[in-house]
Amino acid sequence: MTQAQDIIRAAARRDIRNRWWLSAPALVIIFLAAIGPLFVVVLYSVMVKGDYGDVKYWQFSGQGWFEVLFERDMFDNTVSFADAHLSILWRSVKLAAITTIVTLILGFPTAYFIATRPRHRRDLWLFLITIPFWTNLLIRTFAIQEVFRNEGLLNVALMRTGLIDQPIQIMFTDFAILLGMGYVYLPLMVLPLYASLEKFDFRLAEAAADLYANSSRVLRRIIVPMVMPGIVAGSILVFVPSLGAYVTPRLLGGGKNLMLGNLIELQFGQGRNWPLGSALSISLTAIVMLSLLVYVRAASKTEARHG
Amino acid sequence: MAIRENEFFTLLGPSGCGKTTLLRLIAGFEYPDEGEILLNGRDIALLAPHERPVNTVFQSYALFPHMTVGQNIGFGLEMLGKPRREIAARVDEMLRLVRMEALKDRRTSQISGGQQQRVALARALAPQPKVLLLDEPLSALDYKLRKEMQIELKRLQHETGITFIFVTHDQEEALTMSDRIAVMSGGSILQVGTPRDIYDRPDKRFVADFIGEANFLPAQVLSSAGDRAKVTLGAGGEILAGLPHGTQPQGQITVMVRPEHAEIAGTDADATLSGTLESAVYFGTDTHLNVRLGDGSNFVVRRQNDRCADHGFAPGMPVGVRIRDGAAQVLRD
Repeated sequence: MTQAQDIIRAAARRDIRNRWWLSAPALVIIFLAAIGPLFVVVLYSVMVKGDYGDVKYWQFSGQGWFEVLFERDMFDNTVSFADAHLSILWRSVKLAAITTIVTLILGFPTAYFIATRPRHRRDLWLFLITIPFWTNLLIRTFAIQEVFRNEGLLNVALMRTGLIDQPIQIMFTDFAILLGMGYVYLPLMVLPLYASLEKFDFRLAEAAADLYANSSRVLRRIIVPMVMPGIVAGSILVFVPSLGAYVTPRLLGGGKNLMLGNLIELQFGQGRNWPLGSALSISLTAIVMLSLLVYVRAASKTEARHG
Repeated sequence: MAIRENEFFTLLGPSGCGKTTLLRLIAGFEYPDEGEILLNGRDIALLAPHERPVNTVFQSYALFPHMTVGQNIGFGLEMLGKPRREIAARVDEMLRLVRMEALKDRRTSQISGGQQQRVALARALAPQPKVLLLDEPLSALDYKLRKEMQIELKRLQHETGITFIFVTHDQEEALTMSDRIAVMSGGSILQVGTPRDIYDRPDKRFVADFIGEANFLPAQVLSSAGDRAKVTLGAGGEILAGLPHGTQPQGQITVMVRPEHAEIAGTDADATLSGTLESAVYFGTDTHLNVRLGDGSNFVVRRQNDRCADHGFAPGMPVGVRIRDGAAQVLRD
């Protein structure tokens, strides 16, 4: 009896040990590729900056974090808020939020359309959605530039037809950044939305219509609450990379319309201020995590309220 | 076809006969290419589903999984813009009606199939529709529960006074619950009548065959008067058979006899037909006696079993079959 229990207990222990071995590769990758580098960045952010980039190792200072929010005047040493950083931060959050909303508004009908096609056609539509991924992001962004620059396709066409006589300045504006990010991230919104809508039982929409709900109420009261997981997933997939976007604001926003990604790059490059760059990176990560927390909480509350 | 107010009306037919499509046309999920759907004299054929005073109980129930039982039942009233207090009162009333008071705050995924069925019913009845459509609502339930719900549905229809249009492929369900039945096949309605009409006086071979069991016998019309005709059966014997409304058939026809409307007789002069007993199959309540007739065709007689007396039939013995006057029905085709 006790012997049997011992054998069982030993088998259970062995089983648990084996499970650790099985998950070891994943754990190693997570530590080496995600948590390790993050830890290095945290270390860099609290060290003294080197004279030509890099940091002075094992000399610690809060200067990097101080400079995230404040700046010290070069001549009289007065401390003031780092307005530039704050405005870049604000614009990053704003642009990422607008991008998320715009892709949601455009992506929902698209995903709905695909999900309501006959089953064998849906694959074709999904395939079409993924085509932009085949081309490198840089090339796509340059292509957008070609279309919207002052001597680009759109302006030339409009001037030829006589609709305008001065080219419209689109490039190097926030609008251009939104356009570029919306275009790049739209598929990331459509795919999770589609995955949710595809599982949606459209007989429920019929049932709601039968119970006197007009189409906008069917959408708001039945479809949206039920595809909320897809909306949340799509919004996260769009918001997170938008907030840290680098290529798009760099190419379409020009040198003046910076976003957080560009600001961080600047610190590691021309700025030669690695601690500040590291502190900004950690701040970005924190902002992303905080926004996700708030967003997911709010989304699950909407779901709860509707049912 | 007209369906009367406060009627339990059933559309009965095999799957794919168009009964569900007809229901969806009435509900507004599909639109007719031509023709009218009148509700109290108003053509509703082209109205959107939410504009029709008609509610549906779906085969899949289609309960909203993100709402509680109570919210499901109140949804229609809420969409109609009823005041909150009225909705709450009506939801409670509906819960009482379907005997589900205790489960008001449960999620629909936390209740059993039979309970979901009741919620679906309560949800569709709550807005007091002019017509309630039921699309095979009992097909997902097991036998016992189905029997229970049949009685329950009948009670609800009686208590609410709402016209029920019920779709089913189950003939027994149709016969026990309906005031009138429309038998459908291949997209058209073959016969409309009370359960008794449909069962005892089917118009067509399809109707006779689809509902219950039937023996079909070729026959020749000798004479007809009123709703009866004197016919000679191909297998021998002369009987009086019922005629479909407004027909005066001539010559070669088919008559239908229900197995329980014929009896085994001796081989004497009483018998309409004679043959040999092929087999006797015991069914509990009754025994099916398969008789091979003189012309080679098979005839089934259903005989009520008696616990105290064995019928004593053995395969191979010669038997007679008696069909009393009026027990047979002449078919239209």
